[in-house]
Formats: sequence, C-alpha cells, structure tokens
Amino acid sequence: MSFNPAILTDNWAAILDGMVLTIVIWAAGTVIGLAVGLLVAIGQLFTNRWVAAPLTLYVAVMRGTPFLIQLFVIYYGGPFFGLDLSPLTAGIAGLGFYGGGYFAEIFRAGFLSVPPGQIEAARMMGMSRFQIIRHVQLPQMLVIILPALANMTVLLSKETAVLSVITVNELTSVIQSIGSTTFAFAETLLFLAVVYWAFLEIVTAAARRLEKRVGRFTLRGQH
Amino acid sequence: MSEQPIIDVRGVWKRFGTVEVLRGIDLAIRKSEVACIIGPSGSGKSTLLRCIAFLEAYSEGEIYIEGELLGYMLDGGKRIPASDSEVARVRRNVGFVFQQFNLWPHMTALENVAAPLRLARGIPREDAAGRARRMLEKVGLAHRAEAYPSQLSGGQQQRVGIARALAMEPHIMLFDEPTSALDPELVGEVLQVMRDLASEGMTMVVVTHEMGFAAQVADKVLFIDHGKIAAAGSPHEVFRRDENPRLRQFLQNYFDRNVFWQNAGEAGIG
Repeated sequence: MSFNPAILTDNWAAILDGMVLTIVIWAAGTVIGLAVGLLVAIGQLFTNRWVAAPLTLYVAVMRGTPFLIQLFVIYYGGPFFGLDLSPLTAGIAGLGFYGGGYFAEIFRAGFLSVPPGQIEAARMMGMSRFQIIRHVQLPQMLVIILPALANMTVLLSKETAVLSVITVNELTSVIQSIGSTTFAFAETLLFLAVVYWAFLEIVTAAARRLEKRVGRFTLRGQH
Repeated sequence: MSEQPIIDVRGVWKRFGTVEVLRGIDLAIRKSEVACIIGPSGSGKSTLLRCIAFLEAYSEGEIYIEGELLGYMLDGGKRIPASDSEVARVRRNVGFVFQQFNLWPHMTALENVAAPLRLARGIPREDAAGRARRMLEKVGLAHRAEAYPSQLSGGQQQRVGIARALAMEPHIMLFDEPTSALDPELVGEVLQVMRDLASEGMTMVVVTHEMGFAAQVADKVLFIDHGKIAAAGSPHEVFRRDENPRLRQFLQNYFDRNVFWQNAGEAGIG
C-alpha cells in the first residue's frame, strides 16, 4: 500500500461539503461566542452582583469542563429539559457558548485595561454607560485584546472537529469516513491537519492587518 | 443676583472603610467666585473636589449644585442613592479638569472635544466640530486640532482637557491639581488659560499647589488639614494673617523654596 493523494481528489465533492460546513460552524460559533463573551463581560463588570455571580459561574463551567462533555450534555441531555436540537444547531450553539466563556475573560481583561480616569472624564462629560463602552473603552481595548481574540478563534476552528461525535458531517467526520472505507489514513489525516493549519494562517494574517488598522494611535507612542 | 450659593457643601463626611478623609466640611461658593483649596497631601482636598463632582460618593451631609441635591434623592425623609442619569442631570453644568488630563488617546484633540458634544448633547457632527474648533482656539491650540494626545506636550494636553470641559458650557469648573503632572516650564500656559477663565467670570474651584496663582486669582483660599477646613478667607487673610500653626508650617515649605532662589541670586548663581 503506497501513499496515494488521488484518494482526496476522488472524493472532492464530499470533502468540499465537509469543509464548507466546518467553516460555517466555525464562523457561526465565533460570532455567537464573541457576542456572548462581550455581553457576559459587560454583565460581570457593569451590573450588580445578582447578575454578575451567575455569569461568573457560567464562565467557570465553560472553561472548567471539556467541550466534548458540554456537547454531549446539550445534544443528548437537552431532550430531558425539552431542548430538542438538531446535531448542527446543538453543535453551533455549543461551540458559541463554549467560546463565549473564554471570550468573556478576554473582554473582561480588556475593559480593565482602560485607565479609570478616562471613564471618569467621560462620565463628567455626561456620556452614558453604553456610550462609554462603545466610544471610549472598546476602541482602545480592541487593540490590546486582538491577539488574544485571534488566538481563541483559531482554537475554536479546531474544536469544530469535536462536532463529529454528535454526527455532524463536518470536515473531520467526512475525512474519517473516507479513511475508514479506503484505509488511506496517512493521506486523509495529513490533509486534515494541513487544512486546520491553513485556518490558523488565515486568521493570523487577518488579525495582523486588523491590528495595524485599529492600532494607529498607539503606534505613534504613548507618553 | 441671588444670594443662593452655586455650590453648597453642608456637613460633608467621607469615609473609606474606617478611614475618615473628610470630617465635616461646610463650604459655600457663589457665582463667579474663584476658590483655591490648598493643603498637605493626604489632607482630603482632592477627595473634597471629587465629592463635589460626585466622582466619589460622600458618606454624610449634603452637597447642592445650583440648589439641587447631588448624588442622593430624598424618599419620604430617607436618603437613597440617585440613579446615574439623575446624577448626570444635576452635574450637567459642572466641568472637571483632571491632574492626569484623562484625554482619550484614540481620538484627536478635536475629537476629544467634539465627541462628548455629539454623544451626550446630541449636537450634529458639523456643529460639534465647529464648537470644538472654537474651544481649541480659546486655549490657543487651533493649530493642533488634528494631533493625537500622545503627540502633544503635557501643557497642551491639559489645555485640550480644559477645552473639552468648556465645550459643554459649564457654569462651574473644578480643577484637580491641573498643573501637578506638568514639567515646570509648561505650568505657565495652563495657569494663563485658567486666569483668562476667571476674569471672564467663571465659577472655579481649584485644588492646587500653585500658591502664586492662589494669591493672585482666588477670591477665597481654603486650607484643608486632616479632613477639615482649618483656615479660610481672602488670600491676604490666609497667607499673611492666619495664625494656624499647621498652615504656617505648610506655607513655610513654599517660602523656603523661594528663599533658595533669593540666596542663590545674592551668591551670583540665579
């Protein structure tokens, strides 16, 4: 048995479908994760402890338990609580809320990085809590937390593979089934690794470009 | 003109845990008055100013801004904390200038002044930019409108900070050690802007170590020590006549510095 890349081209349609689904799951999970993370961080920092305490527990659970287990709980445990989701919906929601726990910690650190004096100045100028977040804190903290956000996004791209265990036909699932029917494990698994690595390079390059754009004012050097 | 003070501080206490920073402050400032607050570090002078802006919640007593209770509401004789928007409403005519400037580093000088006009006052973009430009002109910085704070000197940054506060057309300006973070040669330009403001009739409360400024510009000087107003009066009364030993000791430190220069002059150094 020899190395035969033709296995991949023979199954290109199935592989392409898997890759598209992986990207959809990844993109949707990241968007949900960012939104959840931002809201959770705001809830933790700028409301009262009755809101903050459960949010902190949520973050601890997301970060403290394996994604695989969380996915099982949502998909197989969900129906016991009247939550009957399709594999894809459960997978995307699971990935979003898992990522949200980590994104929340990144945003929280970002909010705390803006000097309190700048927020006092904005309050004295009569700006609302929301305006201060939107116009004073977010633009500055994004520069600082962008590398951490990009890093988490890359991690999420790899976590999409876990969705194969709840029968979502994303890339890893497709490749596994090709591998087990053709026994061409070397070709398929190597290809799989290269694709996830490509995701990393794309995200990293995009983040660099974004950093340059949003970082204009810091590049000029702070006093 | 009414006799009602524009700032009325009555029996104000401020505690941080068990530490009593302000211990019963009474203070009335009238319209167009300039009051300078002096005192040793840790005496509570900055805390008092921050309480007048409600950047710190005071523990006891009352502060009235233009006749309205600041920071609290009376609910059937019981005092409850006011909402953020109520606090913002009562202090809408109060401008604050910080020791550390606290400009927003991601905005140009012009945007620092214009953004709050748009956001907090809902003034259209063009009008806000126009007013911001006039304010920068007033503090002598029209030519630096497009510069970011990191490209400005400390003195220029502080003048932008003053322009930003003035753009809201405040009735009261509070200054918290506005020149303490500046290199000595940059202090003058900021004090000049404040002098101009005082001569235009702005009501000002200034926490400062600039005794010369206090002596020349203030209507009233307050010496705070251990959380209490230990001496108060006209600059002449406080600087020349007051017999409070703590005040004499405090002022002596400033005189000693000047004596150095006089002696240096005699010795042919200065």
